[in-house]
Amino acid sequence: MTHSILVIAVTALVTLVLRFLPFLVFGGKRETPAYISYLGRLLPYAVMAMLVVYCLRNISFAAAPFGVPELVSCAAVILLHVWKRSSILSILGGTVCYMLLVQLVF
Amino acid sequence: MKKDILKKAFVASVPVLSGYLVIGLSFGVVLQSRGYGPLWSAAMSAFIYAGSMQFVAVELMSSAASLFTVALTTVMVNMRHVFYGLSMVDRYKNTGKARPYLIFALTDETYSLVCNPPEMAPEDEKSFYILVSVLDHVYWILGSFLGSLLGSVLPFSTEGIDFALTALFVSVFAEQWLSTKDHVPALLGLGASVLCLLIFGADNFLIPSMLLILLGLSLYRKREGARA
Repeated sequence: MTHSILVIAVTALVTLVLRFLPFLVFGGKRETPAYISYLGRLLPYAVMAMLVVYCLRNISFAAAPFGVPELVSCAAVILLHVWKRSSILSILGGTVCYMLLVQLVF
Repeated sequence: MKKDILKKAFVASVPVLSGYLVIGLSFGVVLQSRGYGPLWSAAMSAFIYAGSMQFVAVELMSSAASLFTVALTTVMVNMRHVFYGLSMVDRYKNTGKARPYLIFALTDETYSLVCNPPEMAPEDEKSFYILVSVLDHVYWILGSFLGSLLGSVLPFSTEGIDFALTALFVSVFAEQWLSTKDHVPALLGLGASVLCLLIFGADNFLIPSMLLILLGLSLYRKREGARA
């Protein structure tokens, strides 16, 4: 019980420190360094790609279903988005596509 | 607070609603199976508020892990949050009293919404950031609370619904791709992550990917020279 509470406390604290770190270092009253502003502009593009790969990190191309449900559904999200540019439609469509594939096909 | 901002924030957060409810539910179920009740899962979701790390924390709680191990594991799993902060320093600059909460609540999903807000007047952005952060936090706590309350009695198959989070990231990626001519950062992120995944494997690729992305963007800035 005590151990569990301590584990939660330490996890929460370390996560909090990690989240505050960049703001503590670069977020003062002073002007944000040009390099950090530059990262602020371009990093989101790179991070979003990294998050997509992170979500798909456990699919296996060596064993059935070879990542097909994931890749097909991601393609569906992209196609829907290029077509209508509505986030809700893209996400809903991709998710329903994935659920159908894993529940009914694979 | 304007009504249309609340509407915008809610609409933007709907994918997170479905994803967080489902993943929160499964977190609650897992915690329940280890003998921890609804209050435990609500407290963990309220105070830690970091999805994947909470699942890891359950393992640490059930084992006799030392607190040093806990701290180190948290650093490894959650290092990416430093990365999010780096790109939000400017956006969160003038958010006043709400700033500490906004920083605390910067999860992967909230980040994907606030780094790419819908069209709105600049003075409304602060309200949007706050609303999205609070809504996401509520979804997450609610999901995990319900999960440990209900256990595994859901009446229909929700298998695969957690793909909503992947779909959210993919749609933000597509939106960002369509809204800029400079695709180098996106391709860099994709290439670096895939390369590191192949080299370091699924459990260890995030930190090398982040370093490689930082290195790549730094080199890119040098090449761009004064323009960047």
